[in-house]
Amino acid sequence: MTVMSVSRLRRLPRAFVFGAAILIASVIVATFPSAFAPYDPLAMDYVNLLAPPSAAHPFGTDNFGRDVLSRVIHAYTIDMQIALFATLFPFIFGTIVGAIVGYVGGVTESIFGRVVDAVITFPFLVLVIAIVSVLGPGLINMYIAIGVVGWVFYARIIAAEVKVQKRLDYADAGRAMGYTHARIVFRHLLPNAITPAVVYWMTDMALAILLGSSLGYLGLGAQPPAAEWGVQIADGKNFMATAWWISVFPGFAIVLTGLGFSLLGDGLAEILRGRK
Amino acid sequence: MSMTAFLGRRLLQLVPTLIFILIVVFVLVRLLPGDPASAVLGDRALDADVERINRELGLDRSLPVQFVAFVKQVFTGNLGNSISMKIPVTQLIADRLPITMLLTFMAAVIAVVMAVPLAFVAALRRDRLEDSAIRGAFQVGLSMPVFYVGLILLTVFGAKLRWFPVGGYGDGFLDHLYHLFLPAVTLALSLSAILMRNLRSAIIGVVDAEYVTFARAKGLRANLILFRHILRNALISTLALFGLSIGTLLGGAVITETVFAVPGAGRLMVDSIYGRDYPVVQGLTIALAVLVSVTFLLTDILQAWLDPRVTK
Repeated sequence: MTVMSVSRLRRLPRAFVFGAAILIASVIVATFPSAFAPYDPLAMDYVNLLAPPSAAHPFGTDNFGRDVLSRVIHAYTIDMQIALFATLFPFIFGTIVGAIVGYVGGVTESIFGRVVDAVITFPFLVLVIAIVSVLGPGLINMYIAIGVVGWVFYARIIAAEVKVQKRLDYADAGRAMGYTHARIVFRHLLPNAITPAVVYWMTDMALAILLGSSLGYLGLGAQPPAAEWGVQIADGKNFMATAWWISVFPGFAIVLTGLGFSLLGDGLAEILRGRK
Repeated sequence: MSMTAFLGRRLLQLVPTLIFILIVVFVLVRLLPGDPASAVLGDRALDADVERINRELGLDRSLPVQFVAFVKQVFTGNLGNSISMKIPVTQLIADRLPITMLLTFMAAVIAVVMAVPLAFVAALRRDRLEDSAIRGAFQVGLSMPVFYVGLILLTVFGAKLRWFPVGGYGDGFLDHLYHLFLPAVTLALSLSAILMRNLRSAIIGVVDAEYVTFARAKGLRANLILFRHILRNALISTLALFGLSIGTLLGGAVITETVFAVPGAGRLMVDSIYGRDYPVVQGLTIALAVLVSVTFLLTDILQAWLDPRVTK
């Protein structure tokens, strides 16, 4: 892709530009948290317990005297990782399965249909909690639990798209050229079928942050004393009446990041609709 | 296809789904950490006692035999006894699940009450200030985790203003409604955001549709067009969406009930996982999955009834 000129950038949907700006900033903070955080996120300061927001501690301190702002900043590293790792593997695996199911059709498709029915019958969070409780709490097990369930949604989207694409002339042309099925599906059909899944991926990353922080809140995701937004909100829940800042500020970060992904997804969908 | 054939086919589809549910739950529970016998007896159990418990629970037999026995038990309504509470799981579910269902139902009603009028305003004032404000607010709502919203509502309206109780379930139906109000609003927020978004585009689609232009041309009054034509069509898509969201709602109920200390099925699920009370986890997972399938079925039927094209 060539470098975009300023005038083309200006024609992009506003949602896309805002979303991209939020996320680029989030990725930078997540990559270099120490450059932005004024304190060590784990350093306890027993002189400044539950200190309200001030110039020295803009977001206040928690019950161990840890700087809430520094913890929110360092949590970007974990939460942005959750957004990526909880969705990347379902995206890849679901895309491959969906492409095959959509291309082969027939019995494979019916069986896949029943699997989808069954998976969406379990409340997603209930199933993920149940799997995490089997594997034990922690981030890696959380990724596995989300992945076991999450691929189905990508596969369903891709299968429907590939089914449309394989009836088009260029797929027949590929077959006439004697290309292998794998080459037709993955080199030719998939690139044309993948856009709805990419749009869904953006939404899914927002959902992954909500899910990851929910599990952190329940004690099943990232483990204390790690700085993660859900864990931080749980840390502060017993101090809500007296030291609201411990829980409230991490929530802002969740909302801002979620908003970034949703806006980017909406903007992307708008761009792709316009192109068609 | 006739309605009866549609119903028949739809009911038939339920069978493989139910079998799959049972397989998943069976496998999952067999993988749970720590053996149930030591959960009952504590860590210093005698080997003989462990064996006795395993025999009572049927854990000494082969897996296929265990599975057949398990399916038989489920269909006779016997889900075993809770290890920690020593009472039948079916009774526990019968006690706790209605609370979750009431909570979910209240949340759905609140979500519709919030979403429908605002969706109309947003759609009819499309791309103006009202539209942007409403969509922006719901977008933020959609990005807020349930436990965070709950915690803030609990602190502001429960602990500070004391308008609502800070937790529990109360006595008597009206008191239940009062206790569940804040949790239901919490749960309703994300659903109402999805509903509003969907309803808004559905209304825009209908407003632009030819039959509405035709109705206007015929001289039908504006309000009549809105309510008879637009609302009916918009509600069909909302209904479909609501059916699909029931799983998300129940998942949200797990967290909401934990935040507000509501003694429902979701709270029971979390407690049972921490307490390794595996017959309860198993029974609840089945009950929740069945509840979702039945909701899917009901929304499908309602949809078919509202829109005859669905059965075709």
